[in-house]
Amino acid sequence: MSRVAQLRRDPRAGVAIAVLGGIAVALFPLFRPPLDGLTNDAILALAFVVMALGLNLVVGFAGLLDLGYVAFYAFGLMVTGWWASDFFSSVNDEKGIHVGTSDFVSSLPGIHLNLLLLIIGAIVICATAGILIGLPTLRLRGDYIAIVTLAFGEIISRVFANGDEVTIFGDNKLSNGRQSISPIDQINLPIFGEFDSATDLRPYYWAVLALVLVVLFVDFRLRDSRLGRAWIALREDEVAAASMGVPLVKTKLLSYAAGGAFGGISGAFLGPFFSSINANQFQFGFSIFILAMVILGGLGSVWGVVLGAVSLSFVNYWLIPDVLDGEFVRGKLDSLGLEFSFSEVTFGVFGFLLVLMMVLRPEGLLPERRRQIELTSGEGPLDDTKAAVFEARA
Amino acid sequence: MSVESGNGSVDSLLATEHVTKAFGGLVAVEDVSFHVKPRSIVSIIGPNGAGKTTFFNMLTGLYKPTLGRILFGGTDVTGTRPDIITSLGVARTFQNIRLFSSMTATENVMVGQHARMKAGLFGSILRPPSVRKEEIAVRDKAREMLAYVGLAENHFGQLASNLSYGDQRRVEIARALASDPALLLLDEPTAGMNPQESARLTEFMEQLREERALTILLIEHDMKVVMGVSERITVLDHGTKIAEGQPEEIRADDRVIEAYLGKREGGQQG
Repeated sequence: MSRVAQLRRDPRAGVAIAVLGGIAVALFPLFRPPLDGLTNDAILALAFVVMALGLNLVVGFAGLLDLGYVAFYAFGLMVTGWWASDFFSSVNDEKGIHVGTSDFVSSLPGIHLNLLLLIIGAIVICATAGILIGLPTLRLRGDYIAIVTLAFGEIISRVFANGDEVTIFGDNKLSNGRQSISPIDQINLPIFGEFDSATDLRPYYWAVLALVLVVLFVDFRLRDSRLGRAWIALREDEVAAASMGVPLVKTKLLSYAAGGAFGGISGAFLGPFFSSINANQFQFGFSIFILAMVILGGLGSVWGVVLGAVSLSFVNYWLIPDVLDGEFVRGKLDSLGLEFSFSEVTFGVFGFLLVLMMVLRPEGLLPERRRQIELTSGEGPLDDTKAAVFEARA
Repeated sequence: MSVESGNGSVDSLLATEHVTKAFGGLVAVEDVSFHVKPRSIVSIIGPNGAGKTTFFNMLTGLYKPTLGRILFGGTDVTGTRPDIITSLGVARTFQNIRLFSSMTATENVMVGQHARMKAGLFGSILRPPSVRKEEIAVRDKAREMLAYVGLAENHFGQLASNLSYGDQRRVEIARALASDPALLLLDEPTAGMNPQESARLTEFMEQLREERALTILLIEHDMKVVMGVSERITVLDHGTKIAEGQPEEIRADDRVIEAYLGKREGGQQG
């Protein structure tokens, strides 16, 4: 047996790699400049990890194909637009309402809440929205759920796109429509003080890393619980699950609510990070972007989804704009007489990656143990000859 | 249609009164009244398409009867949700095995205890001592049930889809038993079994009744099993009850013979 193989079998090696990897992930921004492209991309990647984990609760665990996830992104961002900017500038006689904000922000008009309150607000709103989207899909299955959720996502994004003509609470607008709401307050945390994305991105990185850890913890706890088992049972066989005492309505709605809440958390973080939000960010393509992360990583697999989200996010924010549209590739293409930019065909690149994956590794990058077996053994008891064929082909 | 009051069913665990199910114009079950005494083993037999499984699906809440009432332990459960019926103490297996194929045998049986557990969303996330204890108890009970139905211990952690057919049947019964039912509904439990396995299952049903004080209602095609184990038999044909009684009576009943073998003179049906 080779040395490498021996090392692989040693469980301590796995722990050591995990610890070293964890340290590297946590500390790498220290070795980069405060305003760094890589750190910026990593922040986005981690925020999308939170989103993808949320969608994975609905699609991967409970098996309900949700194509309207952009709705929760929209609500999460809008929460920061409403409650962490001067959007409602007329409240409290233009003196504003401030909770847990820095001295500077406390002098501005509008509603200004601390990030932690924004997150709680986003969780409440998105969980409620999740239940609302869940209700009409309860009697539906499979593709029909996809259609209804897709429509829901579109409705929400249209409402915010036209929200500048809707007035609420007196003469306040619902949103700024396609105009930006800006600036969104910087994150201000107790002990750590106020962040400043104009001079140093690193606090944002560590904040989102902490969010990812919390969400991962919740995700694992949910997966290995009464509720998680009920979701998987629901995905496998709805009739059998109901007959075993799983209440279908409650279990489905909880998955929509929990999945939506994750999306809201991520949105409430991204608002301050972007510092500017508008309805153009709420596109149907975003739902597909997140869904592609879940599928690429491996439906239902927590670590797979993390990997899928990080990979696709880096493809979108680094590989396509910085490498494929970088000087080297651009130069080669120009010399061939081809003049186009990959940024214009982003979804083409994603589609190509997904097709490639379906051919090479249909179960995802890091498949869930369960799915792997489903895909290779088919229905019913494992057929030895069939298994042998799959092994031979692999 | 006159519906009897529920008073007459005090001594029966399960009673149906004039239960009818129509799918559009097709009447699958028509006016079936019957009752099951506690701790008895009762069979429902009948030719294919007689409405047996539809009847089961109404008893477990998967279908809502078009007409009639279903009483379980004296309470009206007509049209009640399946998960609530399960929590009241009715468990079932399926004609085609319906395990959660990507879960292990143990996890399958743990899902069976869903109705007996308390952990909610926040309990699952925060996992206080009470939830932790519940998880351990549920896992232990699942293993206990699997051992009880005779699954080898090294198969407990196997995915349900990788188990042999006989073992899948065992896990399905363990999963049903895990919800602590008073009434167990078995839909063709011996389908696909050889005579020895069927005989073992017959013994097992008797054992369940003795050790767990269970009442068993089964749909079965294997007459050896039916005649051997049942105290009472109900015969359905074309959705209606054509006979009811003890095994000897059913064996000699002309209408039952006719339903299974066709008419004695000239008839070609069946």
